[in-house]
Amino acid sequence: MSTHSMTADGAAPGFYVIDEEEHHGPGASTSLGFWIYLMSDALIFATLFATYGVLSTSYAGGPAPRQIFELPLVAVNTAMLLLSSITFGMAAIAADEERPGATRLWLGITALFGAAFVGIELYEFASLIAEGATPQRSAFLSGFFALVGTHGLHVLCGLIWIGVMLVQMSLHGLNADNRRRLMCLGMFWHLLDVVWIGVFTFVYLLGVLR
Amino acid sequence: MIDPSLLKTIFGRLSFESFPIHEPILLVTFAGVVVMGSALLFAVTKYRLWGWLWREWFTSVDHKKIGIMYMILGIIMLLRGFADAVMMRLQQAIAFGGSDGYLNAHHYDQVFTAHGTIMIFFVAIPLVVGLINYVMPLQIGARDVAFPFLNNLSFWLTVAGALLVMVSLFVGEFSRAGWLNYVPVSNLQNSPDTGPDYYLWALQIAGVGTTLSAINMVTTIIKMRAPGMTMMKMPVFCWTALCSNVLAVAIFPILTAAFALLMLDRYVGTNFFTNDLGGNPMMYWNLVWIWGHPEVYVLVLPVFGIFSEITSTFSGKRLFGYSSMVYATVVITILSFLVWLHHFFTMGSGASVNSFFGIATMVISIPTGAKIFNWLFTMYRGQIRFELPMMWTVAFLLTFTVGGMTGVLLAVPPADFVLHNSLFLVAHFHNVIIGGVVFGLFAGMYYWFPKAFGFRLDPFWGKVSFWGWVIGYWVAWTPIYIVGLMGTTRRVRHFEDPTLQPFFIVAAIGVGIIAIGILAFLIQIAVSIRNREALRDTTGDPWDGRTLEWSTSSPPPAYNFAFTPVIHDLDAWYDMKSRGHERPAGGYRPIHMPRNTGTGVILSGLALVLGFAMVWYIWWLAVLSFVALIAVTIGHTFNYNRDYYIPADEVAEAERASLAAAGA
Repeated sequence: MSTHSMTADGAAPGFYVIDEEEHHGPGASTSLGFWIYLMSDALIFATLFATYGVLSTSYAGGPAPRQIFELPLVAVNTAMLLLSSITFGMAAIAADEERPGATRLWLGITALFGAAFVGIELYEFASLIAEGATPQRSAFLSGFFALVGTHGLHVLCGLIWIGVMLVQMSLHGLNADNRRRLMCLGMFWHLLDVVWIGVFTFVYLLGVLR
Repeated sequence: MIDPSLLKTIFGRLSFESFPIHEPILLVTFAGVVVMGSALLFAVTKYRLWGWLWREWFTSVDHKKIGIMYMILGIIMLLRGFADAVMMRLQQAIAFGGSDGYLNAHHYDQVFTAHGTIMIFFVAIPLVVGLINYVMPLQIGARDVAFPFLNNLSFWLTVAGALLVMVSLFVGEFSRAGWLNYVPVSNLQNSPDTGPDYYLWALQIAGVGTTLSAINMVTTIIKMRAPGMTMMKMPVFCWTALCSNVLAVAIFPILTAAFALLMLDRYVGTNFFTNDLGGNPMMYWNLVWIWGHPEVYVLVLPVFGIFSEITSTFSGKRLFGYSSMVYATVVITILSFLVWLHHFFTMGSGASVNSFFGIATMVISIPTGAKIFNWLFTMYRGQIRFELPMMWTVAFLLTFTVGGMTGVLLAVPPADFVLHNSLFLVAHFHNVIIGGVVFGLFAGMYYWFPKAFGFRLDPFWGKVSFWGWVIGYWVAWTPIYIVGLMGTTRRVRHFEDPTLQPFFIVAAIGVGIIAIGILAFLIQIAVSIRNREALRDTTGDPWDGRTLEWSTSSPPPAYNFAFTPVIHDLDAWYDMKSRGHERPAGGYRPIHMPRNTGTGVILSGLALVLGFAMVWYIWWLAVLSFVALIAVTIGHTFNYNRDYYIPADEVAEAERASLAAAGA
C-alpha cells in the first residue's frame, strides 16, 4: 500500500490510499465477530449458572441432587463430549494439511460423539422425568433443566452445523469460505466443552457433595 | 356447525373475543390506522414504488440506507409512544375524586406498559442504532460495516418486534406488568392473557437484532478503521459508539436469558419466578436490571458522543480534553455494571450491600461531570455558532444536569426508601432520558441530516420544535417532581387528594406543548423537502465539520470514499482542510462491495409469524414458521456469491458529478 504525496518536497503527507493492493475480502473480520458472539453466548450461560446458583437449594420438598444425579452416567457423557473436542481438533489439523477427505471423516466422528452426548442426556432427562423429577417440580429442577438443556440444545445446533458443513465441503471443498466456517464451527464446539466442564463441576459434582 | 376443538387446533386461543370491538378508543385508532395504511399502500402501488423500495431499501445492505430506515422506524414509533403519554397525562389530569377519567384500569395499565416498552426498545434504541449505523462507518473512513447482511437482518428483526407490539393493540392485549414486565404480575397465574407473551416475543425478536447489531458495530470499529486512525485518533462519537455497543453485547444476552426463563415459566410451567415451589421473583428483578441499568448508558453514551462532535464543530475548536472524554466514557461503561441494585434498594439486601451500590452510583457522576466540564470548556472562548444542533446542546447541558443531580439524590439509600416507586423517580428518569437522549438525538438528526440527504432542515420550524420540546419538557415534568417528592406513587390511575390536581393539569399542558414540538418537527421535514433546492448543500461540508464524514459528498456515494482516507491527526477532516489536501480527480479503481439480499426481510417475517403463533398458542403455525426459519437460515449459507465490484467508470462518473456540484 502506498500513499499519495501531496507536494513535491513531501512536506504535506498523503491523505488518501491511492492504489489499494490489499483489499478486505468478505469476512476479514469474521473471527473477531464470531468471538464476540461466543462471548455473548457465554453470558447467556453465565445468567443460567447464576440463576441455578440462586435456586439450587430450592427443592420445595422435591428431590435433592444427591438423590437423582447418577455420576457414572454423567462421567460417560462428559467423556463423549471431551472426545468429540479431540476429534474436532483432528479435523482442524487435517484441514490445515489440505486433506479434505480426512477433514470430513473426522467431522463425521465428531458428530457421532456429539450425537452420543445428546442421546445420553436425553436418556438422563427421560429417567429423571419418569422418577417425578420434572422441571415443574421445584425451582432447583427448573434451573437444572434450563442450564443443562440449553447446553444440550447448543450441542444439537452444533450437530446440525456439522451436517451442513459436510454438505458444503462436498460441494466446494476446502475453499476460503469453508475454511473460515470450519474455524468458527471449531470455536463454537470447543466453547461448548468449556461450558460443560463448568456444568459438570458446579451442577453435578457440587450437587452430589452437598 | 364447526367442531370447537378443531377451531382451537387451527386458531389456538385466538377468537372473535380477542378483537377489542367493545373499546371505542381502540376502534377509532384502528380505523385511523386502516385508513392511513391503505392510503399509503395505495400511493406506493399507484406510483409503482414497490420494486424500487424492495431493491433500493428493504434488501439494501448499505449501512447508510439501513441507518435511515432505523431513524424512520424510531420516529414512527415515537408517535405511538407519545400518543400513550398523552393518554396517561389526560387520564391523570381528570381522574380525581368522583371522576374516574376515561381509561379503565385494565386499559390504563396496558398504556403505561406499552409507553415505556415502546419508548426504550422501539424509539430510543432504533434512533441511537440508526445514527451509529449512518455516521460511524463514515467517521472511521470505512466503506461499510463488518457484516453488512447481518446489519440488514438486525434492522428487520427490530421491525418485526415493533410490529408485534403494534399488533397487540388490535388483537388481544398487551402486558400490564410495567415496561420490564415484572413478575409476579406477569406470571401465568396473574396474567393468563396474551399480554406478557406479546411483550416477551416482541422483545426477544428485537433483542436478537440488537445483539447482532452490537456485535457488528464493535467488530467494525475495531477492524475497519482507515489507515492511520489509531484508537486515540478516533472521533469521540466512535468511542462512545464502541463503548455503547460493547455494553449492549454484554447485557442483551442477560435480558434474553431472563426473558427465556419467564417464557419457560409461562409456557412450560417451570418455577423460576413463581411465588411457590421455590421460585424467586426477585431473581427476575435482578436479571432485568443487570440489563436495565447499563442499557441507560447504551443509549446515553452515543448521545454524549453526538454532543462532543457538535460542541467542537460549532465552537470552531478541537474538543477540550479529548482523552479525558475517552477515559470518562470507558469508566462509565465499567461502572454501569456495578449499580443495578439501586433500582430496588427496598428489596432488603441489607445496609452494606445497599451502601456499595449507592456509592457506586454516586461515583458515576464524577466521569459524567467531567464530560459536562469538557463541553463547557470547549465552548469557552470558542466562536460559537448557535445553529440548531448547538441550541439542543445547550438545552441538554442545562436540563440534563438537573436530572443528574436528582439521580445522585436517589442514589442515597435512605432517601430512596422514601422516594422508591414515586413520581419523583419517574420525573428523574424522564429528565435524563428526554433531556439527555432525546435532546441528543434531535441534535444529531439536525447535525447529520444534510449529510444524509444533501439539504439542511428548515431552521424556522426547527426552532419551533426546539422550544416546544424544551419548554414542554419543563412544564410537564416540574410538577411531577413536586408531587413525587410529596409522596405520590407511580402507575396510579386515579387520585383521591384534590389538592394534587393542579399539578397534573399543568403537566398535561406541558405534554401539549411537547406535542407542538413534535408536530413542528414533522412540518419541518415536509417544508424542508419542499424547499430542498433553497436548502441544498453541494459542498458536503455545510457546518465546517472536523471529522471524516464531511470529507465526502452529501449524500455520500454507495462506496462512501472513492479513495480510503489516511489519517494523521485527531479531527482528520480539519487536518486535511488546514493542510491543503487535494481530492484525487482520477485514477479510480473498481470498488469491492457487498450484494443486496432479501434474506433479512424473509427471516424477520418468519420470526414475526413465529412470535404471533406462539402468543396465540397456534402450535402448527409456530412449528411451521420455526422450521422455515431454520431452513431459510441454512439455505442462506449456501449462497457463496455475496459481493461484486463497482466498475471504475461508474466510480469516476459519480465522483465527477459530485466534484462538479461542489465546484458550482
